[in-house]
Amino acid sequence: MATAHQPPSTAPHHTAAGAADTAALESAFDAAVAADERIEPRDWMPDAYRATLVRQMAQHAHSEIIGMQPEANWITRAPSLRRKAILMAKVQDEAGHGLYLYSAAETLGASRDDLLDKLHSGRQKYSSIFNYPTLTWADVGAIGWLVDGAAITNQVPLCRCSYGPYARAMVRVCKEESFHQRQGYELLLALSRGTPAQHAMAQDAVDRWWWPSLMMFGPPDAESSHSEQSMTWKIKRHSNDELRQRFVDICVPQAESLGLTLPDPDLRWNDERGHHDFGAIDWSEFWAVLKGNGPCNEQRITQRRRAHEEGAWVREAATAYAAKSAARTAKATKSAKSAKNSEREEATA
Amino acid sequence: MSSSTEWPLWEVFVRSRRGLSHTHAGSLHAPDAEMALRNARDLYTRRNEGVSIWVVPSAEITASSPDEKDSFFEPAADKPYRHPTFYDIPEGVKHL
Repeated sequence: MATAHQPPSTAPHHTAAGAADTAALESAFDAAVAADERIEPRDWMPDAYRATLVRQMAQHAHSEIIGMQPEANWITRAPSLRRKAILMAKVQDEAGHGLYLYSAAETLGASRDDLLDKLHSGRQKYSSIFNYPTLTWADVGAIGWLVDGAAITNQVPLCRCSYGPYARAMVRVCKEESFHQRQGYELLLALSRGTPAQHAMAQDAVDRWWWPSLMMFGPPDAESSHSEQSMTWKIKRHSNDELRQRFVDICVPQAESLGLTLPDPDLRWNDERGHHDFGAIDWSEFWAVLKGNGPCNEQRITQRRRAHEEGAWVREAATAYAAKSAARTAKATKSAKSAKNSEREEATA
Repeated sequence: MSSSTEWPLWEVFVRSRRGLSHTHAGSLHAPDAEMALRNARDLYTRRNEGVSIWVVPSAEITASSPDEKDSFFEPAADKPYRHPTFYDIPEGVKHL
C-alpha cells in the first residue's frame, strides 16, 4: 500500500540480488514505451528517464512562470479595457500552466520548494525567449502570435508524451494556448491595419521576435544533446529542426494575411522540398542568452526572487491561519464530546 | 524566514457537468481544505470546466501497487463469462 504519489517503496535495482529483476523491469518499461502505452508515476522507470522528465518539466514550468513577466509589463498600459481583460486572463493562464507542470514534476518525487529554489539560484533554466524585452504594445501581439505559436508547435506532440501526467498537463495547456495565439494575431492585425505608425510598430515587433522564436525549438539536430534519447523514450516525438520547419511553413501565409513581412531575405518556397527555405540562425546569440547574457536575464530572475520573498508573509499567514482553525475545530469537537458525556452521566445518575 | 514547510498536496476532482462523476484533474498545494478548494477553482475551472469540486489530501489516498498489478487484477482475467459476448445466442432472437 502507498499513496498516489509515493514511488514504490522497494526498489529492486538497489538490492544486490536485483540485477536480474532490473533487467526484467527495464524490458517491461521498454516494451510499454514501444507499444505507445503511458508510463504512470508509480511505475518502475529508469533513473535517467525520471531525471530527464523532472528536468524538462521543471524547465517548462519555470518558463511559464517567468513568461508572465514580459507581458505583465503591459497590463497597466493596455490600450482598452477589452485588451486589458484579455491580457490579464492570458497572464493568469501562464501561471496556471506553470502550476500544472510543477504538479506533474512532483509526481516523480520532485519537491515544489526545491524546484523554485533551483530556479531562483539559476541551477535550472527557463526558455531563453523570455530574456528579451517587451518594448512596445505590439510586442504583446508578437509574443502571442510567434512565441505562443512556436510553443504550441512544440507542445502539441508533447500531448502524446510517454509520461502520463506530463501528457495530460499538455492537453490542458494546448487547449488554453490557442486563445493566446489568436488574441496575439488579432492584436497585430488591428495594428497592421491601423495608422502608418501602428503598422510600423507591428512590423518592428515581428522583426525583433521572429529569430528568437525560431531559436525556441532548440539547437540544430546535429548539436542537440538530449534529443536522441528523448526520442527513443517518446518524451519527444519530432526533432528540433522538423518542428522549426513546420513552424516556418505555418507562419509564412499567416504573415501575408497580416500584411507584415518576416525579417529574412532568404525566406522562399522550395518546390522540390515542399517547404520554405530560410536563412541561417545566429546561434551565437542563442548561446549567449542561454549563458545569462541576454537583455533581461538579470531582471527576470531578480523580479521572480522578489515576488517570492515578498509573498512569504502571505504563505506564512495562511499556514498560521490553517493551524489555528484546525486547533479550534479540534477544541470544539472535544468540548462538544465532553458536554455529551457529562449529559450522559447526568442521565444515568 | 523562508517557510521550509511546504503546504500539503491536494488531489483535485472536478464534476464537469451534472450527471457525470467527478474526474481527477490534477493536484495543487494549499494550507487547508478551504484554500485548496479556492485554488482548485482558479486553477482547474477558469473556463467553466466544472460545477462541483472535491479536494482530497494526497497523503490520504491509498493506491494499489504497480508492482503487483498482474496478481492483484488476476482474479478477473480468467472469467470471460462475466461479459455478455461470451454467450452464443441463435440468430434472430431479439431483445437479448
